[in-house]
Amino acid sequence: MTVEIARHWRLNAQRYSLVGEECPTCHDKIFPPRDVCPHCAEAAGPDFHFSGKGEVFSHTAIYNAPEGFETQAPYTVALVKLKEGPLITAQLTDVQNDDVQIGMPVEMVTRKLAEQGDEGLILYGYKFRPQLAAA
Amino acid sequence: MQGGEIIRGLMRDVSIIGIGQTPVGEHWSRSLRHLAYDALSLAMRDAGTDRVDALYLGNMLSGEISGQAHLGALVADFAGMRGIEAVKVEAACASGAAAFRQGLMGVAGGYQDVVAVVGVEKMTDDVGSKVTAGLASAADADYETVHGVTFVALNALIMRRYMYEYGLSKEDFANFSVNAHANGANNPNAMFQRAISQDTFMKAGVVADPITLFDASPMADGAAAVILCPTELAREFSDNAVRILGSAAATDSLAVHDRKNPLWLQAAETSAQKAYKQAHIGPQDIDFFELHDAFTIMAALSLEACGFAEPGQGTRLAVDGEIALDGRLPIATMGGLKARGHPVGATGMYQIVEAALQLRGQAGKNQLAGPRIGMTQNIGGSGATIVTHILTNNLNQ
Ligand SMILES: [Zn+2]
Repeated sequence: MTVEIARHWRLNAQRYSLVGEECPTCHDKIFPPRDVCPHCAEAAGPDFHFSGKGEVFSHTAIYNAPEGFETQAPYTVALVKLKEGPLITAQLTDVQNDDVQIGMPVEMVTRKLAEQGDEGLILYGYKFRPQLAAA
Repeated sequence: MQGGEIIRGLMRDVSIIGIGQTPVGEHWSRSLRHLAYDALSLAMRDAGTDRVDALYLGNMLSGEISGQAHLGALVADFAGMRGIEAVKVEAACASGAAAFRQGLMGVAGGYQDVVAVVGVEKMTDDVGSKVTAGLASAADADYETVHGVTFVALNALIMRRYMYEYGLSKEDFANFSVNAHANGANNPNAMFQRAISQDTFMKAGVVADPITLFDASPMADGAAAVILCPTELAREFSDNAVRILGSAAATDSLAVHDRKNPLWLQAAETSAQKAYKQAHIGPQDIDFFELHDAFTIMAALSLEACGFAEPGQGTRLAVDGEIALDGRLPIATMGGLKARGHPVGATGMYQIVEAALQLRGQAGKNQLAGPRIGMTQNIGGSGATIVTHILTNNLNQ
């Protein structure tokens, strides 16, 4: 239980506010954060706060959910291309699956991700919804 | 300079002297250890040996599904070989070929003379959501799986973007599935032994849009095994040994979203190019290709990354019939993952056993006309580990 919480607690900055990094060498914006820049292999740099704005790069709907997600099915997952560059995997929310399209502008919101284990640990983190002022 | 080039000249040439496999399917009465032993004993009998120096086991989910880690010692003991070196190798769905490569290195490096490699997976011992979660553990736990992403979903995300960028429709993928099922129909070890029509493919139910039932390979139980030894000793055991011409493994980011181009299997390209170089050949010299068609999209991407098609053109080989048994590059000649079935950690070993059957002229109704060089490629996760092998029935050269 304690170990499980620590595993998620240490990711709070990423899950709640999309904190990544900017590489001091090649200036690529990096999410998720790493110890080493994946593009130039230099030590990755200072925190970078992503805007949470982006567009749908690809999407699908999940009907046969893995353990811990059964009660949410069906739900939509997407690769979102963040405005600052990186792709990110997340669920889409506040939208019908049939209305999702590649290229659709989306923005980050914080929602419940999953309920895990018998202790009922609830995980919160980022999902994306259609941009309210898309135009 | 590629790693391994300098010392490769000092290593021993290695051949496959025995093969064995169990039927792929739901083995209610056979546990993990039984399945492994079934394939292992068949391979040892085929090689005519009653001892091996070491056992390498390719397996992904023994811990998650059967509550069983420490598989190497378990199977060695169960098979009556207590005392030998034995270890499990795990690289998600690429566990089978990754284990094969460990066996190859053990023999090539002179640490062992006769080695057994077994790929084994038992997937029907738990409920669907637990197996789905187990498979998803091949993805990035903190940044993919935590969002409820499944293994099918990752492939669906790649496939939808691929269709969008290259202007393809579902029909373009149909022949990958039709071809696999046609070939599986003649494989007595295949899970599905019935041909399907293009129409059946097009009408199949959605699994994770755009992936439908006949894009996806089925989960299953199964085990496949080989016995390896130095090529110079191979004739003492076997008159139809199969020699390993090339072997390479490469990695990519674990997460799909961390790739510069999620539509390109970089680890497939890297491992294939290394294997071609070791074999002193190119893609034009490959007579058939046992590729990793866990999903139709993976077949297309694998063909492109290995140099058989330009980016975005992988499905053309299927549409034009070039992947059929009588085509320019037969693939999935015994049914592939799609029809033979995909017992994840065993799949890479099934591919190698099937390639050996073709090269030994023992592929039955699916026998190709005198193939000399076959290639196998085993993909782990959504492409993070990819292992490529090139095999030949020409022991001299
Ligand atoms: Zn950098």
